[in-house]
Amino acid sequence: MNKAIQHLWTPLATTPLLWLAVTLAAYVAARWVQRACNGSAFANPVLIATIAVGAIVLATGTSYKTYFAGAQFINFLLGPVTIALAIPLAKNIKYVRRNLRSIGLALLAGSVTSIVSGVAIVWLLGGSKVVALSMAPKAVTTPIAMAVSEQIGGVPALTAALAILGGIVAAITGQHMLQRLQINDWRAHGLAAGVAGSGVAAAQVAARDELGAAFAALAIGLNGLVTALLVPMLALLWG
Amino acid sequence: MLTALLSLIGCQLVGELIRDACHMPIPGPVLGMFLLAAVLVFHDRRRKPGADDARASLERTAETLIAHMGLFFVPAGVGIIAEAGLLQKQWLPIVAALFGSTLLSIAVTGLVMHRVTRSSEQQQGAAAAISGQQGSRP
Repeated sequence: MNKAIQHLWTPLATTPLLWLAVTLAAYVAARWVQRACNGSAFANPVLIATIAVGAIVLATGTSYKTYFAGAQFINFLLGPVTIALAIPLAKNIKYVRRNLRSIGLALLAGSVTSIVSGVAIVWLLGGSKVVALSMAPKAVTTPIAMAVSEQIGGVPALTAALAILGGIVAAITGQHMLQRLQINDWRAHGLAAGVAGSGVAAAQVAARDELGAAFAALAIGLNGLVTALLVPMLALLWG
Repeated sequence: MLTALLSLIGCQLVGELIRDACHMPIPGPVLGMFLLAAVLVFHDRRRKPGADDARASLERTAETLIAHMGLFFVPAGVGIIAEAGLLQKQWLPIVAALFGSTLLSIAVTGLVMHRVTRSSEQQQGAAAAISGQQGSRP
């Protein structure tokens, strides 16, 4: 029996098809789990699917490189879906124009809070400087976060991991947190998701409301800009 | 569907080209998103919104992609296993900072957005809250 499995596994494990299918299947299953939990934000499909796929990759002794050779086809779609966020943004442009001042203020406040508190907490709890620097840009979209991390002396791969994990935290807690603060406005929910959790948190909001998607899209783009300028400046001050 | 995909990929390509040409620190897809939004807003001003088939198809394709956006983050998320060593060694500051700074940032962004929006809407006398016009509530 074992031999038969090995006979099937060995050729399969090297084709991109296997890991493409595993990733898709894990996500479909994770969405099913979220539906079974009445759409609870705690049953975040990105979190569930990532854990499931990660467990399978580790259990089969597969390297991340081999896994990614298959999964890169899914990863590639991150580009087009980012572009697709332009559609809700354009549709709701009048709400954006009407709220330019609040968007600017909220963005700046949220961005600085994220950078400073991330670095401060790592520092206070005895984390290394490299981890603190890798933490600083973690709230922005992964490619910007990695580039900024490299520029200031962090570890880009660690920053990428932190960006995804932070996004999952934001997706899971964002809605509850804002509701507890008596905020029931899709503009604030979308903007907060985009500033604090970029794409992963935006996915949670965007799937539910178009106005939220528009503000999340705007926040991802603008926060990328603000963070790419602010973090290197703050890093210089910190020296 | 095909023209819609072409528009999305085309904007990404133009975004990448602009980034390379101007040495900008912003990724191509983010530039492409702002570019496509500008094109769509400009287009809407000149014509009735949603008047043609290409636009409707683009909207449908975008909606489908956005609805499944989470899927596209899974391959990068699995990359966390490659960083397991560092995560394990400094798990307390990392976990505390991830939760602490993310929660703080959500609260600050949400509160500032909510307060400033509300006060400026009251000033303009347009107190009719948008959340009331929108169908669903967060």
